[in-house]
Amino acid sequence: MSKQINVALVGNPNTGKTSVFNNLTGLNQKVGNYPGITVEKKEAIIKLSRNLKAHIMDLPGTYSLNATSMDENVVVELLLNKNDKDYPDVVVVVSDIENLKRNLLLFTQIKDLGLPTILAINMADRMDRKGIELDIDLLEKRLNTKVNLISAKKNKGFDSLKQSIIDYNKISLNPCLDASAIDKDYFDSLRKAYPNQDLYKLWLVITQDVNFGKTNRKRIPSESGFKPKSDSEIKRLQQKETIKRYQFINNTLKETLTKDLALATGLRAKIDRLMIHKVWGYVIFLAILFLIFQTIYDWSTYPMDLIDESFLFLSEFVKQNLPAGMLTELIAEGIIPGIGGIVIFVPQIAFLFLFISILEETGYMSRVVFLMDRIMRKFGMSGKSVVPLVSGTACAIPAVMAARNIESWKERLVTILVVPFTTCSARLPVYLIIISLVIPDERWLGIFNYQAITLMLLYLLGFVTAVASGWLASKMLKVDFKSYFVVEMPNYKLPIFKNVAFTVVEKTKSFVFGAGKIILAISIILWVLASYGPTDRFDNAEEIVTSTIDHSEMTAQELETEISSYKLKNSYIGYAGRAIEPAVTPLGYDWKIGIAIISSFAAREVFVGTLATIYSVGNEDEQTIKSRMAAETNPILGGPLFTFASGISLLLFYAFAMQCMSTLAIVKRETGTWKWPMIQLFGMSGFAYVVALIAFQILK
Amino acid sequence: MTVANLKKGQKAIIGEMTSQDIPLKLLEMGCLPGNHVELIQIAPFKDPLYLNVNDTYLSIRKETAKLINVELIEDE
Repeated sequence: MSKQINVALVGNPNTGKTSVFNNLTGLNQKVGNYPGITVEKKEAIIKLSRNLKAHIMDLPGTYSLNATSMDENVVVELLLNKNDKDYPDVVVVVSDIENLKRNLLLFTQIKDLGLPTILAINMADRMDRKGIELDIDLLEKRLNTKVNLISAKKNKGFDSLKQSIIDYNKISLNPCLDASAIDKDYFDSLRKAYPNQDLYKLWLVITQDVNFGKTNRKRIPSESGFKPKSDSEIKRLQQKETIKRYQFINNTLKETLTKDLALATGLRAKIDRLMIHKVWGYVIFLAILFLIFQTIYDWSTYPMDLIDESFLFLSEFVKQNLPAGMLTELIAEGIIPGIGGIVIFVPQIAFLFLFISILEETGYMSRVVFLMDRIMRKFGMSGKSVVPLVSGTACAIPAVMAARNIESWKERLVTILVVPFTTCSARLPVYLIIISLVIPDERWLGIFNYQAITLMLLYLLGFVTAVASGWLASKMLKVDFKSYFVVEMPNYKLPIFKNVAFTVVEKTKSFVFGAGKIILAISIILWVLASYGPTDRFDNAEEIVTSTIDHSEMTAQELETEISSYKLKNSYIGYAGRAIEPAVTPLGYDWKIGIAIISSFAAREVFVGTLATIYSVGNEDEQTIKSRMAAETNPILGGPLFTFASGISLLLFYAFAMQCMSTLAIVKRETGTWKWPMIQLFGMSGFAYVVALIAFQILK
Repeated sequence: MTVANLKKGQKAIIGEMTSQDIPLKLLEMGCLPGNHVELIQIAPFKDPLYLNVNDTYLSIRKETAKLINVELIEDE
């Protein structure tokens, strides 16, 4: 029978830990969340030898076992809890060759837990170029472990790493240094008070409370004869511990590592000179943003058109080839257009995630943080808020979570509050279809596409509103806080294609399936509501229409349209829509758009799918979503429904309104109270209504 | 003298840590007594500072930099 062991990959951020994980596991990895919290959990099961399997976990990046964030806390909790089913049999600390010193801090801490701990030094392919030499044998002796040189980029060294994991039983469990020497008396009394507990684990549990209020100190039963220390004394001891560990590390590396300093500098300084230049730095940042949006708009048009046509074809095909009846109608008019309404945006979302993950991978994002900190602080945020604000262009949910990296609570809260103003990918479908309807597809000065400019302006509007409301919020919030800011500036790296591809596929998949479920459900509900009515008028629509209006001049086609629109008006959805019509008419919308806006609260991108479903019910013509929308007329003013005025009004409404239940839920989870999400819901949506109202009334 | 007083390109040695407000994370990154620190770059609006501490590149705000005592290494 084959045995399975738990292997935990641990390491500092930016060490290429995830690429090491990808190389070890290939395609069979599973991405989920840790129970109860939204920290990403990546795991995979691989076969190491004929009778040994390994369950490999890629734990969140951390600099030490002193957790200061939820992500880091996941690592500590797992390593401290022997009863966890994922408790590792062996830990692989992934370091990179250039930051070995700093990574060894984490290594020596984990070693103190009495776990078999292997050191894997990544990016070994850079050693020659950087003039680095390492005495592996001596290093293994000093660290009491197995050291493996690997290169995730060149896929080298993984066989011997796997072999080390197989032989995990042979690794010494002795720590490399005696950390308790920092305060002998204290640790002795600790040992005496809890003779059955592992000393270093006790110490970590005690210090976690100081750094991170999540764990409960009462987990250790209080014993007589043990005098707990005050928080500031513990902090003092932690400083001492860190110093002690670095003394050991510095001595060890002095013996084992040599660096040719002439080769060490170079690329970083050259690229930095440009990237964080006081003028060029900002110009480059803006240029990159513009490039991203232009590309998203230009490149994704082709696959999007193709997807739109394909779903139309599929819908027709189902209608013609399945036996006529309820179910066929539901599939052809409800489900397929509904799914089409989401699949169509896969290309754009994929492009967006592609760019964001490249910016992260190359190390450029940290430079943006550095450039923007002073500016963002004026608006109550931190340079680190740029990351949530930029990833907010993909989706507000991961963006709200990305705000966890901001150390100051006030700056973090402000960031969370304003992130939903940034233009997320769910708004993109709405923007794209409205822009294509009301903004001419022409070029300004022969170069810049008006539609692309409009899109760019909408993105800018999102950023500007976010930043301005940040300023407002920071003035209004009275929170005591001590801000601190420590950002690593990683080396510039070429992105590894495999990592980028994994991220894009993973994020796009979760977007499609996450939102897809809601959209599908809503499409079915909408179809039912649009296909049945509460009164006779719905069932007898044909008779009523033919008897009440003079149809002698009409073609059969026109009569058909007349009947189906009468039907829709008298369906359940028609009644609901007309009930809210008075509220949306001043904004230039009809009741169908009203329904679409209401259903957008499940997810904004539902807007297009909703209109697609409403318009396709009873509509026999072969038309794309866009041409159906263009054909709609305004019931009150006459003329096309989607004019410049109503289009702009709708764009502005979507730019400002808080319409995403999932975001509200995540904000509740991250802030711990319903107060903040409710402020967002009513504040943002009320503002959106007023702005859209003013815009339509001026432009009409 | 503190890290905040350094000029671009200047190197120094970190002295005793006296302030309780220095974040532990900074220490973990290698910002410890006796280690070298070099000011690589100052951000466009004079803040934050881009440092090389004990071979780690990082950036911190001026307010934190003011808490770290250093001794300047004279030009070599």
